[in-house]
Formats: sequence, structure tokens, C-alpha cells
Amino acid sequence: MKFTLPIILVAVTAGLMTLALFGPGHASGTVGIAAGSAVFSAKASTPEQGLNNLLSDVQRRNWDRAFSALSTTSAGNKQSFIQDWTGSDGSLRSFSSLEGFQARPLHATNDDAQMRVRLHWTTPVGPIEDVRDFHLIREGDTWKVAWPKMQISSVPAQVIPVTYLRWDLVSGNASDEWGSKNVDAPHVRIISMNAVDSAEGAVVMGEVVNEDTIPAFVNVNAALVDGSGAAIDDESSFDKIDHVLLPKQVTPYRIDFPNINLKNVKNVRMDVKATLVPASADPVIGVMNQKVVSDVQGKSILQGDLMNESGQTVNIPHVIASFYDNNGKVIWVSDGYVNHALLPQSGEPFAVEIPRSLANKVQSFHVVVNQYSLGRS
Amino acid sequence: MRRLLTICAAACLGAVCAAQDLHGPTSSTAGEEAAISTTGSGKATFYLLGPGVSRKSDISLGSEVHLQAQDLQNAGEYFAVLCSDTCRSSSFYVTAAKPASLTFLVHPSRVPVGQGDAVSGVAFPFDQFRNLVLTPATVNFQLMAGTASLSSRSAQTRDGIAWFRTASQKSAGTLQVDASLGDLSARRAVQQVASDPCNLRIKGERTKAGILVQTEPVRDCAGNPVPDGTIVTFTATEANGRSTVDAPIKQGVARAQLEAPGATVISVASGVAMGNELRIGAQP
Repeated sequence: MKFTLPIILVAVTAGLMTLALFGPGHASGTVGIAAGSAVFSAKASTPEQGLNNLLSDVQRRNWDRAFSALSTTSAGNKQSFIQDWTGSDGSLRSFSSLEGFQARPLHATNDDAQMRVRLHWTTPVGPIEDVRDFHLIREGDTWKVAWPKMQISSVPAQVIPVTYLRWDLVSGNASDEWGSKNVDAPHVRIISMNAVDSAEGAVVMGEVVNEDTIPAFVNVNAALVDGSGAAIDDESSFDKIDHVLLPKQVTPYRIDFPNINLKNVKNVRMDVKATLVPASADPVIGVMNQKVVSDVQGKSILQGDLMNESGQTVNIPHVIASFYDNNGKVIWVSDGYVNHALLPQSGEPFAVEIPRSLANKVQSFHVVVNQYSLGRS
Repeated sequence: MRRLLTICAAACLGAVCAAQDLHGPTSSTAGEEAAISTTGSGKATFYLLGPGVSRKSDISLGSEVHLQAQDLQNAGEYFAVLCSDTCRSSSFYVTAAKPASLTFLVHPSRVPVGQGDAVSGVAFPFDQFRNLVLTPATVNFQLMAGTASLSSRSAQTRDGIAWFRTASQKSAGTLQVDASLGDLSARRAVQQVASDPCNLRIKGERTKAGILVQTEPVRDCAGNPVPDGTIVTFTATEANGRSTVDAPIKQGVARAQLEAPGATVISVASGVAMGNELRIGAQP
């Protein structure tokens, strides 16, 4: 008698676990959003389960099972499939992890389905959301993802002569005579500034130009001051700026003040700091085919292609765009990181978002490309 | 009785005070020896307080206190204090010795050409002990471009400082600035650089890979070539979109390859300076 209750409890628990894993209530009949880190289903009897299985394996980096679960109609090989998820060439994707996802069915028939997934990535530059469409096919009684053929950039072996200018910095030492080796800091100037309220708080933005003949490392700081002259908050442009400015180069900047309303602000104190740094004019990155369009979710985006015109791999390209109204005033600054590395003499697409409220006011834009290359400061 | 005692005490005190005194120099020169004479008799303690100096010694009243050269190396006000039953003090001033070095600051290290009052220089004469020499002296400033002398001027130091201001020249290059005081001299260099690009003009042609566009040699309004590495922004605008390239000037010219298959308007800018527009027809 004393063993009866424990046995019943164990049996009930096991039964419930089995139901949770294989029971019909888990994912079948999901109409709407399937979210988060899904539990693997042994048999994908619905498109949602098929997609969940794939993304769960991708999260766990269980590449063998993930690739074997793709549809037979899938193109590409296992290597390209893995590379698509893990990145290569020191790109941002290669330092990222898939944290979660939300899937939404676009349409479905008895034999195929289209799913749209928001992929949530954790990256060294903060969380990044990616939207991707998946095509699923029913093979027998199992739904599988039909993996499209991926275009993986490859560069043929070649020699690219690079003759761009480089600036090195030689500094004096303590024994030098006072005033004998002074080198002035680069002369930079804020050429425009605009402060607006956004959904997240106050935003100060504009553009900075390096007016000097030497490179400058630039950072813009702003302090919000209330009516009594007291500082409310001070912030810096952080990564919303192209820090290294070559001579006569212009960069947008944006400084965010979360949870602050401009109605409490009487004054904005701006401060731009410039330091002399070694730099190189290489690589040159062209920004091609820029245009403002609506994406699949109906959001206004500025999209285009980055073209690396040099011989050096840019591991993490970072796009910063300033948007102007019909008076030439900067009304917004957006930025975005490109997941894939920019190989020499090749291109990668990019897109940055324009706030819905400003989309119809945008008349012009200016894009600059910040670049991070491994092994190079 | 009380009045008598008070008078006696005052008389005694006066006698003691009159018994010791010291007389220092009215002024002295840094790094030179000096002497302070004392009066009275008996033993006393001598204190010397000055910039960077604090010294105590036992002396015999009536003899001279010898101040050594190393005690008086720093210019400024010194206090000599002599204490026996009571203390007496005297002060004297040590001035800087003759100039032994000339510190010369020139600002800025880089300057665009043709800017009024853009270059300034300040000279400070110091003696061998690094005291600022406040005695007026004449400093000669000479400006040179290469070996050619551009101008020369003299300035009297005031409170130990002599200075000048001048405009940058019309031509880019190194401006040498010499300051001299007697047989002392110091030389500094100011890099005169081209100003903003002027009359920025581009030409371009369609190639298989797109449009190859390049500037004419980029110069400022005085005709100086703009330094290599300066960024020139090319923008190709067509009906379907826009392409931009930030290209650095290389050997005086900036060039870029733009992708624009349709009819295109190409514009150019460098910093806040704009150039001409170029219209190129659609790809045949």
C-alpha cells in the first residue's frame, strides 16, 4: 500500500510528459504564431512542426539532423547550409547565436506552405532581428523545409594592387623640448543638428565633417539641460557614427536619450571630440542602387548594395544613413549591420529602416559605411 | 608700583629687541651668492624660506649669514627669519638670471592657406634655472618658406612673454618660424595646407562595368593641390535609385566606378564644397 501512491504519481507524470511531447495539442492546428525555442517533435505532421524542428536543430547546432530533415527538393549542399546559418570570413553572423524565433503562416495548402519567421539573434553589437520566409513541402506525412540554393560569395585568387594613402602617427617623447613636437588635434565641425521626440525618447542627430587634412577619430556628445540649467542627461553617439573620418568626410551621428521627452528640455549642449589617429584610405566601399522601398512587412526601408572596391575583406560592414526633408534638414539617422562579410571586389545587400511617421517626409538621404576588419584597428 | 613694573618690562624688551637684527639684500640674482648681516650677541637660529627652499641653521649674532648659490636658484620672494629670545624677519627678492634658453610655442601646427591672423607664436626666455626672465628683452621673429625669408619682426618681452600673429601664406608648404634672443634661437614649422576644394569638376564615361567617373586635378581657390587622401563623394542618381562612392584623392585625382545602367546624373562634393553635375545617357 505504501508504494501505491508513488507509483501512481510516477505513472501520471510520465503520461503527461508523453502527452506534452507527442500529443496533438502541441503544435498541430497552430494558426498564428509559433514562438520561442520549440521542443523537437519526432514527426512533423504540420508545417509549423516542420519549421520548429529545423529551427530547433539550428539553435542547437545539430547540423546533421537539421540537414537530413530538409526536403529532397532542397538545393545546395550541407556545407553551404551550415555556412548560411553560421556565417564565414569573420562576419557578424559568425559571432551570433539564434536566440529565438516567431513563425507566422503566410499561406498553406495540403502539400505546401509558406511561413514567415522573425529570427532573433544575439550578436556582439546587440540583439538583431531578421525576417525570413520559408517554403515547406509535405513529403508523405511529414512536413519539411525546401531549402533554396544560397549564393555564397567567393572571390577568385587574384592580386589587387592597393596604393591608397595611409597616415601614420609619430609622437614625441617626454624628453622633447616643450612645444617642439606639438601636433594639433584634427579640426572637425558639426554641420547640422536636430532634436526630435521618438517613441523611445529624445533623439539628437545631425552630421559632422572633418575639415582637416588628416584623419580624425570623432565622437559626439550631447547634454540635455532643463529650464533651471541643470543637466537632465548626457549621452554619446556610441556606434551611431562613423568614428574614423578621413579628410573632408562627412558622417551622420545619432544620440539617443531613452525615456526623455523634449518638452522638459530647454537647451542641448553639443560637444564634438576629435583625436588624431593612424588611418588608411583603404578599403573604398561603394553604396550602389540605393532606394527607399517597402519591405514584405510594409515598413519603409532604404536598401541598396555595398560594393567593396578594394582588396581587403571587410568583416562587419556597418551602414549609417541620414535622411533629409525637402529643406535639407536631417530628420532621422538609421543604422544597420550587415550579417555577411564584404569580400574584395564583391557586393552585399543592406537595408536600414525608416520610421513609419517619417517615411513620407524623406526627400533625400546620405549613406556612409563604417567598417570593422579583424586584425585591424 | 604697577606702572613702574610696566615701564621696566617695556624697557627690558626694547633692550632685547635692539640687541638682534638682520639686514638682507634688497634684491639678488638667481644662482648668485648673497649675505645677510646680523647684529647683537649670542646664539640665534636662522631660517631661510623661499620658492622651493627651506633652511634652518644656528648662527652667532653679529656675524654675516652666507647664502649659497644653490639656495637662491629659484626666482621669487625670500624670507630671512632670525630668532633668539624673539624673532626678526626680512624679505628680499631674487630675480631670474640672464636668458639661457628660449621656449617657443607656435600654433597651429597645420593651417589652411590664405587665413588672416591664423598663425601665432609665443616666446618665453628662461634662465639656466628655468626661471622665466621678466626683464624686458627683444625677441626677433623670422618667417621663412624654404630658404626664402618672408618677413621679420621684433617684439619686446612683457612680463616674460613676446608674441606675434600673422596670416598664412597663399601657397601650401612648410612655414618655418624662427625666434631668436641674443645668441639663443628656436625653430618651429607650420604646415600650410590647401584650403577647401574649389571649382571641383568631373568627367566620366560609360564602361562595361558601369560608369567610370573622375575629377580633374583637385585644387583649392589659390591653385594649391588638395592633399591626397581627401575624400570626394560621387553620387549617381537615376530613375531607379542612387549610388554613392566616397573615394579618396590619389595623385591629385579622385575616381570611382559607379553602377547606373539608366540615364544618370552624377554630382560630386568634397566636404561642404560642391562640384559640377554630369549627365550620362542610358546604357545602349
